[in-house]
Amino acid sequence: MVTILDTAFNPWQVMQQYQEEMQRDGEYGACANFIGTMRDMNEGDQVSTMELEHYPGMTEKHLEKIIDSAAQQWKLLDSLVVHRVGKLFPNDPIVLVAVWSAHRKDAFEACRFIMEDLKSKAPFWKKEALISENDQPQKNRWVEKNTSGY
Amino acid sequence: MTQSKVENNMSIKVLYFASLKEQFGCAEQQINSEGIRTVADVWRQVSEDHDVSLQVLNSVNQEYAELESAVKAGDEVAFFPPVTGG
Repeated sequence: MVTILDTAFNPWQVMQQYQEEMQRDGEYGACANFIGTMRDMNEGDQVSTMELEHYPGMTEKHLEKIIDSAAQQWKLLDSLVVHRVGKLFPNDPIVLVAVWSAHRKDAFEACRFIMEDLKSKAPFWKKEALISENDQPQKNRWVEKNTSGY
Repeated sequence: MTQSKVENNMSIKVLYFASLKEQFGCAEQQINSEGIRTVADVWRQVSEDHDVSLQVLNSVNQEYAELESAVKAGDEVAFFPPVTGG
């Protein structure tokens, strides 16, 4: 399942609730997950807030495609991707990827694959607001590129 | 058929995101599809008055596309900078 949220969420709560509603208890032997949170520092500058933009329609479609692709490559019971948009503050969860499978190999590898594909191809854009010094006006800047996780 | 409908059938919806949206000063515009065959044709027309130095990605009908990809009336074409989600 893919969910885009414009308000803060608790990834552990969402994951637990999803797992209960999945009704696959006893079938899965592994759940791998990744949670990405916002840092208060980037490229040597202090960041106060961040605005996350997406392409409504294409973003959801692309994330569904990533999940389908993972399901073709590994034996999965279920996958969940939750991603924030809108205004974020340091320590806010940005993304949750959770994958359930019978064995850890499939869960670990699929979770990594989904996350890396999301980072490099899913249409999201981050704009940071930097903390200003000495009464200077607040500076905003777009994050230009994601670094590779491999 | 009404005039506005004819115009609508002849147009291509063009979307901009993130820094490109700011640079172009709008999120969306409609262009006439006459003479448009590919994404490159659309880009040439809309970027005419802008000096775009950043890397630009594109999509047609919400699927990643290339500059050579075909575009026809009624399509939705989007231009955006490299993605930075997650």
